Amino acid sequence: MHEELIAIKGFSDGLLISLSPTESWQSVTDQLASRIDEKADFFAGANITVELGERPVPKYELSSLKALLERRGLTLSLVRSASNTTQKSAESLDVPTDNGAAPEAAEPMARETAPVNSEETGTAGVLFRRTLRSGRTIHSEGHVIVFGDVNPGAKVIALGDVVVWGKLRGYVHAGAGGDATAIVCALDMSPSQLRIAECVFRSPPGRRKKIMPEVALVRGDEIVVETRA
Amino acid sequence: MGGKVVTISSGKGGVGKTTATANLGISLASLGKKVVVIDADIGLRNLDVIMGLENRIVYDLVDIVEGRSKLRQAMIKHKKFDRLFLIPAAQTRDKMAVSPDDMVKLTDELREDFDYVLIDSPAGIERGFRNALEPADEVLIVTNPEVSSVRDADRIIGLIEAADKGPGRLIINRLKTDLVKKGEMLSSEDVYDILGLTIIGIIPEDELVLSASNSGIPVTLNTQSKAGLAFNNVARRVAGEDVPFMKLDDSPGIFQRLVGLLNGR
Ligand SMILES: Nc1ncnc2c1ncn2[C@@H]1O[C@H](COP(=O)(O)OP(=O)(O)O)[C@@H](O)[C@H]1O
Ligand SMILES: [Mg+2]
Repeated sequence: MHEELIAIKGFSDGLLISLSPTESWQSVTDQLASRIDEKADFFAGANITVELGERPVPKYELSSLKALLERRGLTLSLVRSASNTTQKSAESLDVPTDNGAAPEAAEPMARETAPVNSEETGTAGVLFRRTLRSGRTIHSEGHVIVFGDVNPGAKVIALGDVVVWGKLRGYVHAGAGGDATAIVCALDMSPSQLRIAECVFRSPPGRRKKIMPEVALVRGDEIVVETRA
Repeated sequence: MGGKVVTISSGKGGVGKTTATANLGISLASLGKKVVVIDADIGLRNLDVIMGLENRIVYDLVDIVEGRSKLRQAMIKHKKFDRLFLIPAAQTRDKMAVSPDDMVKLTDELREDFDYVLIDSPAGIERGFRNALEPADEVLIVTNPEVSSVRDADRIIGLIEAADKGPGRLIINRLKTDLVKKGEMLSSEDVYDILGLTIIGIIPEDELVLSASNSGIPVTLNTQSKAGLAFNNVARRVAGEDVPFMKLDDSPGIFQRLVGLLNGR
């Protein structure tokens, strides 16, 4: 197997994609496109930070990368680069940049979130301590806890479980890697769409139920929503 | 630190940002405050028209930033209130002519002499929005009580929070009480339920707003106008007064105000 030219990490409010600074631009972007196409569910709607290291990327290359992402419904929200050329290219495309010197501070959401570790080794997650608003997506390769609401137009996509300490009215996909044992909990379960692994559940329209904490899980091959004492 | 910078934003255009900025400017000035309003909508300037000052423009925001004009030279004094000034937007098509840093420098200078600097933000989330957001001490978000406008406001609030300027306070504009009663328009409670921000004003739909804009005399100067009165109340709340909500048959319920209190807002 040939060397990985790109590394992808889920973090607080999107995905961080690091592109090899030395390999040819063509092969790097080709590999990126096929990685995204393979795991379209996981990438859906993400805000992307691209890390380019020292590579000087001219405007036309950066704009084709931006277009590559946009065609797949992704937003290039930050370019991290140590090269002046690349930074200028980003500026002229009106994409925010930073030089990667202080990656934590540069990501405005970082302060609001903290990594959580579950008892199982290796499954890190995201804790988001306020309302997740329209247009925002959390991607996590672990679990996600939102201490606030998930508003209409917001998305949570996790390989693990999703816990919403608030109103769930946006889109949630738990077990997005295929894990049908994943669960979704919310204080007020009214998602615009809820998925666990391959199963899809839509809130029954017009259901005026009492608001109470509920858990969604897969039984058989269907998602059921239950209250728990 | 001196004066306070208040940015008026919305995400979507046409919801009433410019109307709100003009009226808050006038109201704050009539409360005796020294106020500058800045039109940050480069390329689409219209705050000057609504304030009846378009004929007096010599220099604009870009002239100040690029050093063609001193700050004082570009500031236009209002005809009626000598404590109220406008810095107009440029007509240039280059939206990149002004940077967020430029705006911070400019407003820092203005803070020294003024109580309030109001910034009318352009629609969208591009450079112009970031210019308006960067210097803000507080953001007022204008929304109409309809689903798409609330969705846009929510987006903008997310960006404002991410920039550590949030969460801001909400102006619900163009509320039609009769439609709310018929269930054809979101109520202020519905809007609050989604956005969760403190409501600083509820402005009714009022046809006097349009005629006021056309004549360059903002509606808050018209004592017959309910919208004018409501904008005046917003200004007093901005200035720190505790003003009860008008009876529009749709003032925020007691429950919501309790929630606001509990959250320290
Ligand atoms: N409360 C209101 N009642 C009636 N018309 C209004 C009200 N507020 C704003 N308008 C009208 O809505 C239009 C858009 O307002 P404007 O302030 O220019 O929006 P923005 O600056 O957000 O694009 C204008 O024609 C204005 O007269
Ligand atoms: Mg406007």
